[in-house]
Amino acid sequence: MRRPGLGYIVGAYEHPLRDAPDRSVAQLHAEVAAGALADAGLTKDDVDGLFCGPDTPGTGPLSMADYMNLNLRHVDTTNTSGSSYLIHVAHACQAIAAGKCDVALITLAGRPRQEGKAKGSLKRADNPNQPDFEFEHPFGIQILGVYAMVAQRHAHLYGTTAEQMAWVKVAFSHHAQHNPNAKLRNVVTVEDVVNSPLVADPLHRLDCCVVTDGGGALVVTREEIAKSLDRPLVKVIGCGEAPYGQAGGYAEITDSGARRSGATAYAQANVTPADIRYASIYDSFTITAMVQLEDLGFCEKGEIGAFVSDGGLISGSGRLAVNTDGGGLCNNHPVNRGGMTKALEAVRQIRGEAHPAVQVPDCDLALANAIGGQLGVRHASSTIILERG
Amino acid sequence: MDLDGFINPEPVVQPENQPFWDATKEDRFLVKWCNVCERAHWYPRARCPFCFSDDTAFREASGEGTIYAFAPMRRTAAPYILAYVTLAEGPTMMTNIVNARPEELTTGQPVRVAFVPTSGEYKVPVFTPT
Repeated sequence: MRRPGLGYIVGAYEHPLRDAPDRSVAQLHAEVAAGALADAGLTKDDVDGLFCGPDTPGTGPLSMADYMNLNLRHVDTTNTSGSSYLIHVAHACQAIAAGKCDVALITLAGRPRQEGKAKGSLKRADNPNQPDFEFEHPFGIQILGVYAMVAQRHAHLYGTTAEQMAWVKVAFSHHAQHNPNAKLRNVVTVEDVVNSPLVADPLHRLDCCVVTDGGGALVVTREEIAKSLDRPLVKVIGCGEAPYGQAGGYAEITDSGARRSGATAYAQANVTPADIRYASIYDSFTITAMVQLEDLGFCEKGEIGAFVSDGGLISGSGRLAVNTDGGGLCNNHPVNRGGMTKALEAVRQIRGEAHPAVQVPDCDLALANAIGGQLGVRHASSTIILERG
Repeated sequence: MDLDGFINPEPVVQPENQPFWDATKEDRFLVKWCNVCERAHWYPRARCPFCFSDDTAFREASGEGTIYAFAPMRRTAAPYILAYVTLAEGPTMMTNIVNARPEELTTGQPVRVAFVPTSGEYKVPVFTPT
């Protein structure tokens, strides 16, 4: 059954660089914008809506809109960190439906490797006025430590093992070997992962994502414009967004907002998890992808260890093809934010433009999910579901 | 894993939580309660996150809890154990586990509050196995 498109993704571009010492952040934003517009067959003068995340330098959209000299009638600076860009897709569809813009540009770009963030040596830019700062910063909160606690508790509750977590990295490394731009193209084994140094038990170094410069961009537009362009049609048919916090001290850290963002998106798209042919799932750590896959309904809660084992996420031979670009664990994690690259590979899969070795045959329905903020503390999950038009 | 080198960063104290931090100087652990719905919450807020009343108050806590989750931070300049502890009063709080080896810790293990200095004038409530 053909579902109505909420909007169409007509342009998608991933910056080929993973280290960008010779470029400015603004330049990278403009490069990915130009790439996505060229992919769509549009120009920057067609853009009338700009969607910016926290990586965009300046006050909201103002500096980049000026740098690119855009003529805008709609801006949106929704910031949920790494999940912003999938929420931007949803908000772009809403703005287009409301007649507020026709061609929406979404960009992500930056160079954390050049700015000392590759090894966590730069302090997090938390605001002391955020109310949790006072009761978390004094205990040495770190992204790594919080995710390690999620993994530790998942292992405690469900018996999830380090070897099962390692299978996530193994699967994505199998995909990354086919991606010439991937930061890490070497295929690794479960033994490689569990024998890499423990960084915060139970997480090993190879359970952690890469840190990369670069970025990506998307162009979203209305049906009439999409059908006038010479690109395969990628319809957005469902969207969900869900913040998840600590509930006053009574939340479960092995749960995530993906349960609610996924349910919202499935309902809008009128599909079930069993219908999904390909999934892009945020993988800042191996456990990140595992919690979301459970909460998105691809398996029962607590059963993800078995689901991912024995190559469960490898395209072609596994239970579900996930992160066929190599994901954040192997390919790309620009500006330490995952949502953009998740949408990009889902678009490639729907178009049939993923690498032939990892392309899902006849991929007519794909899901992209991201977490912004941190599992285990507070985050926002965003889900989009795409269908071939 | 040598935990002795870690110095807790000093808190940035907000006006609504001054009593909490003042009490740490006397090794007293306070938890915020709502006087209307009679539930304890964490982290402390001026307004109850459940019924949204502003009639909240700090009360002396038992100092008893159990480990909810923990992560030995092995690769930091000074290693430490990040943890969530579920308090006897109900809510779960971020903290550290001290005076313990990570290999000896388990989820659900009873712990008791202790106070350690920070880089500033206040102490922080951490937990140690009982």
